[in-house]
Amino acid sequence: MLNTISLKSVLITGAAALTIAGQAYAYEPARSAECIAPANPGGGWDFTCRSVGKVLVDQEYFKGNVQTVNMSGAGGGVAFAHTVSKRDKDDNLIVAASTATTTRLAQGQFPGMNSDQVKWVGTLGADYGIIAVGKDSKYTSLTQVIEALKKDPGAVKFAGGSASGGWDHLKVLMTAQKAHVEKLPKIRYLAFSGGSEALVQVVGGHVDAFTGDISEVKGFMDSGDLRVLAVLSEERLPAPFDTIPTAMEQGIDSVAPNWRGFYVPGNASADSYDWWVNTMNELYTTQEWKDIMTKNGLMPFHKSGAEFTQFVKNQTLDIKILSQDIGLIK
Amino acid sequence: MDTMSLLMQGFAVALTPESIMFAVIGAILGTLIGALPGLGPANGVAILIPLAFSLGLSPTSSLILLTSVYAGAMYGGRISSILLNIPGDEPAMMTCLDGYPMALKGKAAEALAISAIASFIGSFIATIGLVILAPILAKFALKFGPSEYFALFALAFATLGGITGKNQFKTLMAAAIGLMIATVGIDISTGVQRFTYNTLELFEGVDFIIAIVGLFAISELLFFLERHAGDGLKQVAINKLKLSPKDIVKVLPASFRGAVLGFVAGVLPGAGASLGSFISYTLEKRVSDKGEFGKGDPRGVAAPEAGNNGAASGALVPMLTLGVPGSGTTAVLLAMLISLNISPGPMLFQQNADLVWGVIAAMFVGNLVLLLLNIPMVGIFVKLLSIPPKYLMPVVTLIASVGIYSVSHSALDLYFMVGFGVLGYIFRKVDIPLVPIILGMLLGPEMEKSLRHALVLSDGDWGVLFNSGLSIGLWIVAILGLVLPVIVGPIIRAKMKKSKDTVKDV
Repeated sequence: MLNTISLKSVLITGAAALTIAGQAYAYEPARSAECIAPANPGGGWDFTCRSVGKVLVDQEYFKGNVQTVNMSGAGGGVAFAHTVSKRDKDDNLIVAASTATTTRLAQGQFPGMNSDQVKWVGTLGADYGIIAVGKDSKYTSLTQVIEALKKDPGAVKFAGGSASGGWDHLKVLMTAQKAHVEKLPKIRYLAFSGGSEALVQVVGGHVDAFTGDISEVKGFMDSGDLRVLAVLSEERLPAPFDTIPTAMEQGIDSVAPNWRGFYVPGNASADSYDWWVNTMNELYTTQEWKDIMTKNGLMPFHKSGAEFTQFVKNQTLDIKILSQDIGLIK
Repeated sequence: MDTMSLLMQGFAVALTPESIMFAVIGAILGTLIGALPGLGPANGVAILIPLAFSLGLSPTSSLILLTSVYAGAMYGGRISSILLNIPGDEPAMMTCLDGYPMALKGKAAEALAISAIASFIGSFIATIGLVILAPILAKFALKFGPSEYFALFALAFATLGGITGKNQFKTLMAAAIGLMIATVGIDISTGVQRFTYNTLELFEGVDFIIAIVGLFAISELLFFLERHAGDGLKQVAINKLKLSPKDIVKVLPASFRGAVLGFVAGVLPGAGASLGSFISYTLEKRVSDKGEFGKGDPRGVAAPEAGNNGAASGALVPMLTLGVPGSGTTAVLLAMLISLNISPGPMLFQQNADLVWGVIAAMFVGNLVLLLLNIPMVGIFVKLLSIPPKYLMPVVTLIASVGIYSVSHSALDLYFMVGFGVLGYIFRKVDIPLVPIILGMLLGPEMEKSLRHALVLSDGDWGVLFNSGLSIGLWIVAILGLVLPVIVGPIIRAKMKKSKDTVKDV
C-alpha cells in the first residue's frame, strides 16, 4: 500500500518537473492528432480514444481535434500491424491499448509481432478484476471457492466475457495458481461474447461464478442479485465498492488490473514520445479526467514512460509463462 | 408502473430535436424505399446502415433512424401494391388483393389513406404490446440457460423457412452457407483460429454488416444494372381524396384485429410479417360475413396493412429481449446492434435502459410522423416512384461504400462487400433466399457456443438439452415449425396465388 502511494507521489512530482521541462521540447504537436481505437464504436478502446481525445482538445493540447479512427480486427491485431507496418514514424498517432493487447501479444495471437515494435506511453486508469457468484450461491468467500477447486478443479464453473485464454479466463487461473490449486487446465471456463451475457447466466443460476471487471457488475450488485466475493486489487476500491474484500485480504496474492492506455509507433521521434508521456501525466491529474474516471468506474492506475514499458514487458512475460503452464500455448 | 416511468424517460430521449430529426428522416427514407417495387424493409435497413456509420451516429440515434426506416418501409410497401399491383415485399402482397381493385375503381386515394390509418393502428397497438411484453420477457429471459438458448436457436432455424419460404431445400442451403461463413475466425470456446490462414483481417470472422450490405444493397445495384436502369413504372392515376369519418370507423375493427394478430405472429421467431398480414387478411374475410373481398373492399386493405405493421413491431420483442430475431429485418437490426457493441438480451434493459426505451418511444413518435406524412404527402411519394433508378442507385452505392469503409478503414472490407454483392446477385438469380444466410451467420456461432456451454455444464451429458420444461416446450414448437410449413405451406401459398390471380383478372 505504502508502495503505491509513494509511487504515485514520485510520478506526480516527476510529471510536474517534466511540465517545466516541457517548454524546451523540440517536438511541437501538429494541429491535430489521430487516435486509433482498434475496435468498433462502443467498446472500451473506443471509449479510451474518445474520452482522452476530448480532454486533450479541452485542455488545449491541440488546436484542431483528436480524431478517433475505429480499426477493428483480430482483437487489436489489425491496428497493431497497421501501426508497425504503415505508420512506423508517425509522431501524431496514438493507439488505445489494454490488458487484452498484452494478453494477445504474449500468446502470439498477433503473428510475427511483439511488444518491442511499438513504444508504450502510459496508462490512465484501470478496471480491476472481480470474482462473483449469484445471490443464491453456497459460496460466501473466495476462500471457499478455492477450497472447492482444490478438492475438484471442475467443481466451480466460471463464466466470463473473453475468449478461452483471454483476460477473464486468465484472472481465474492466476488466482487459482497463487492459491496453489493444482490441475489448472481442468478448471472449467465458459466463454461468452461479452461480460453482460456471462453475467446474466450467473445471475440466472446457470453457471456458478462470474469472472470480469468491477465496472461490469454495478447494476446487479445494487439490485442484490450478485455477490462479489473478491476484487483483485492491491487495496480496497473507493466507495461504493469499499465493502468488497480484496483477494489479498483473503490470503490470495492475486492482483489483476485491466489497464487502459496507449502506445505510439515504434519509430516515432524520441521528442514526440517524451511529449506524449508528459502530456498523459498531466492529463491524468486534471479534474476533467478524474470526473471521467469516476463516471465510468475507472480506478486509479497510472504508469508511464519507462516504468510502463517495463510493466508491459513483465505482464507479457507473466501471461506467456502462465499460458504455457496451463497448456494454452506451446 | 415502473414501465411507465421508464417509458416517460424514453420519451425524454425520443423528443429531443436530434431524435425527432432522425425519426423524420428515417420515416421519409423508409417510406421511399418501401414504395420502390422489390425493395423491402430488410434491404432498406441494410442500405441505410452504412449511412448511420458514416455519419458516426450514437447507438441511440442509429437505432432510432433504422427502426423508423423499418416502420417507414412497412408503410411504403403498400404504395406500390395499391398503385402498381407490385408488392414492395412479401408482406405487402396481401394488400394488392383489395388495394389494386380499389385503385382501378378510382379510389386509389381512399385505399392509400385507409391503409395508412390501418398501418398506424397496427404499429401503435403492437408498440404498446412491445412495451408490455418486452420487460416481462426480459425478466423471464434469466431462466434461459445454455440448453434453453440452444433449443431457442434451433427453433429460430426450424421456423426459418416459415410459411412463405419458397423452397425448403434452398432455405436450408442458404442457412448452411451462413453457418459456414460464421465458422471463420476465432472460436471463443477454445481460443483457436479457424479458416483464417494467418490473415489478421479474418481473425474476428467475417463482419455481418459487410455481408448484409453486400448481399442486399450491392446485389440490388447489380439487378438495376441488368434491367438497364429502366424508366419509372406505369401506375394508376390518383383521384382526389374523399374519405368520411364513417369510412374510417368502418375499417377500425378490421384494423384492430389485424394489429393484434400481426403482433402475435411477429413475436414468434421466424414467422414474421408475411404470416401476420396473411392471417389478418384471411381472418377478416371469414369474420366479415358479407363484403367484396378481392374486389376492392376497404377492410381487405386495412386488415393486412395493420397485420404487417403489427408484426414489424412484434418482431422486435424477441430481438431485444433474447437476441433472437423474429424476421429478416430484425436480423439486420441485430447485426447493427452487435456492431455497436450493444448486446441484446435481458441486460440491454438494465444497462441500456435509455437506449431501449428511447427507441420504443421513438417508435411511437415515428409512427405519428408516418401517419402525418402519409396522408397529406402521399402524392410526393407517388411522384418519387417515378424517379429513374439511374439516379437512385449510384447514391445507394456511394453511401454503402463510404459507410463500410468508415467502420474499419480497411480496403479489404470493400472487396468483401463487392464479393458478397456478386454472391447475392447469383443467389437471387437462382432463388436462394438471402435472409437465412444472415441468420446463419448471426445465430450459428451463438448456437455452437450454447451447445458447448450446455455440455460443459453437464460434464458431457447430452440429456441436458431436454432437462427443463422450457427447453422441451421450445423443442416442440421447433418441431412444429419445421413440419407444419411442409404440410400447410403449399396450401396457403396456393391460396395466396389464387387470390392474386383473381385480382389480375378483374
